[in-house]
Amino acid sequence: MNKHVIPQAEEPLKQNNHQDNHLENIRDFEIQDYLRLDLFPHFMCPGCGHGIALRALLWAIHIQGIDKNKLAIVSGIGCSGRVGTYIDANTYHTTHGRPLAFATGLKMARPDLHVVVITGDGDCLAIGGNHLIHAARRNLDITCIMLNNEIYGMTGGQVSPTTPHDRFTTTTPAGNIEPVFDASRLAEAAGAGFVGREVTIHVPRLRDLISEGLDYKGFSFIEVMSDCTEINGRKNDLGSSSEMVLGQTRNMRPNEYDNNVVDHPFRPNSLNTGVFVKSDRPEYGASYRDMVDGIQKKQKGH
Amino acid sequence: MTGQASQNTLNSQDAINIQGNHACALGAVAAGCRFYAGYPITPSSEVAERLASALPEVGGVFIQMEDEIASIAATLGASMGGVKAMTATSGPGFSLKQENLGYGMGAQIPCVVVNVMRGGPSTGMPTRPSQGDLMQARWGTHGDHPVIALTPGSVEEIYTQTARAFALSEQLRIPVLVLFDESLGHLVETICLPDVTEYENTVRKWASGKPEDYQPYRPDADGVAPMARPGDGYRVHTTGLTVSESGFPTQKSIEVDRAMKRLFNKMEINKDLIESFEDVECEDADVVIVALGIVGRAARKAVRELRAEGLKVGLFRPITLWPFPTETFRKLTKKTKNFVVAEMNSGQMILEIGAAKQGKQTVSGLNRYDGDPISPSQIINAVKEVLDHE
Ligand SMILES: Cc1ncc(C[n+]2csc(CCOP(=O)(O)OP(=O)(O)O)c2C)c(N)n1
Ligand code: SF4
Ligand SMILES: [Mg+2]
Repeated sequence: MNKHVIPQAEEPLKQNNHQDNHLENIRDFEIQDYLRLDLFPHFMCPGCGHGIALRALLWAIHIQGIDKNKLAIVSGIGCSGRVGTYIDANTYHTTHGRPLAFATGLKMARPDLHVVVITGDGDCLAIGGNHLIHAARRNLDITCIMLNNEIYGMTGGQVSPTTPHDRFTTTTPAGNIEPVFDASRLAEAAGAGFVGREVTIHVPRLRDLISEGLDYKGFSFIEVMSDCTEINGRKNDLGSSSEMVLGQTRNMRPNEYDNNVVDHPFRPNSLNTGVFVKSDRPEYGASYRDMVDGIQKKQKGH
Repeated sequence: MTGQASQNTLNSQDAINIQGNHACALGAVAAGCRFYAGYPITPSSEVAERLASALPEVGGVFIQMEDEIASIAATLGASMGGVKAMTATSGPGFSLKQENLGYGMGAQIPCVVVNVMRGGPSTGMPTRPSQGDLMQARWGTHGDHPVIALTPGSVEEIYTQTARAFALSEQLRIPVLVLFDESLGHLVETICLPDVTEYENTVRKWASGKPEDYQPYRPDADGVAPMARPGDGYRVHTTGLTVSESGFPTQKSIEVDRAMKRLFNKMEINKDLIESFEDVECEDADVVIVALGIVGRAARKAVRELRAEGLKVGLFRPITLWPFPTETFRKLTKKTKNFVVAEMNSGQMILEIGAAKQGKQTVSGLNRYDGDPISPSQIINAVKEVLDHE
């Protein structure tokens, strides 16, 4: 009856002891080592923030010394979801809104894998909102990177749950009248053990945030403020790609400047960045395995 | 202190009293299922409840997810990781699972999905039996796709067919559906748990050899491509998009055509493995009753009584409903003049029989959808009516 076993839950393997040579790891990062180059050219529009986020993610994976063979990238549907295809790892492009649910099954069945979810604002907050809440509540060891470009990029620029007020989209031709979601606060309220937000203009900061999230044992939610230059930018006269990215500095404040900003969670000129939550809540997988150990011991009569 | 004997991994030959839903759970564990994700719904919840205690005992994972969409997603996720996995539900939940079920069929990910059928549409009658989801099982998810659906007709068969569903699913890299109705799910029968070691030992083919030579969707002679287990060094891509043999998306017509053929070829090649049915005196029968699940039992009794009256009546009971064993059915019923299709819906399987019948054979339906099972006497009357009209 025990031929069928869930793999042991040791720490997912890391290639090198990165703590000792952190700086060296930052320096010797070669993005090609982590990409499926034969799939290039990639699909992303020039200036798309998702590409910058991809670089930061791969860099963080390198710094963490994560073995590509033990890395599972689970993504949803959208431009965000397509990003995962280019990573030279075990990649799972699932269904719209559901990557966290797929990842939950994968991580529970294979605790020896590093599971990273790449999702979008529509994928994660609209169709997949319920899965985000419950993944955060369980606090299973998954790193969730939400690429928030405030729009449905892939389907041609419809309004999303994070589209700012008054913004023009193909489905808000008179400007958006719906209030927006603050995804990071949502993740925090739902119990995510690690929550942080960063912008794509600060690549090193983004890289380090993701790296910290990868290292965290529990559910880490990382909101990346990304730009959909082509569809969102053009329609709203937000400027060229570089102007859009530069605009992020005006719109974002590091978390430590918290006291200086108007206490309003939404753009413009108000979103905080940095690590918002890092708690020692129990990690779900570990709790589950403890429970199983207890049950099995009782059965054997120990 | 001595250990507590587990009620979940019984190996004994002793007869036990067990409910259909529990037999389903134990059949799964015996077949090597080590992951279950589900969301409570009547009349299937006992499958989950039993697994919530059975799986931890064998070191497996039980998780109650936030809804049925998440449940099948997690089930597929676990299977992608290499573990035999299952989810169970009923009507409304089965509807919610359809999109991801199609993902499993397209990306060829094994798993077992149990649907304990209740009255519908919509919330319908949660505690009443029905066979209203036969066509949904066939065509519920969008797009062209093959499907395997098993329809056990007794508590013992629920146990064996659930176990067999795992074997078929692993061997053919396809989600396999197990359908039975509320009355079977809640029926308690005295049975000896049959030996399903053969099903337990059936696991999918895993990729071996050099990663650079491996093509995740290049089928072997049996129509099935070996699967790569994450962690084994293959680093492949899995997607619901239509893919070439490499596993990466394609829109080239020749590759798309091949991709669709891959899905159907494995079914054709392995037809004998998939097919299963019960034939009760069809050979010389003038009238053949076609019935599945719980209705098959009433039909068996009807056949006995009608034969005792000297009438030539038989029963064809598909155990594999989809793909329907059309060729075998035709061979067995060459001499049949009339079919009576008895089903607990307004006429679903009858469409398949209409397509399978030959020559001047007539087909009539006996349908009941009031929340009560079809009785033997109803079937007897229906058969006699058909014979009177001859
Ligand atoms: C069930 C379902 N509904 C709708 C779609 C269509 N769809 C594809 S991507 C997308 C939105 C993606 O937006 P987001 O998650 O923000 O990703 P982005 O493209 O902006 O990165 C939608 C609605 C789908 N693929 N599946
Ligand atoms: S449509 Fe927008 S999100 Fe998608 S690739 Fe282009 S810029 Fe990026
Ligand atoms: Mg978006």
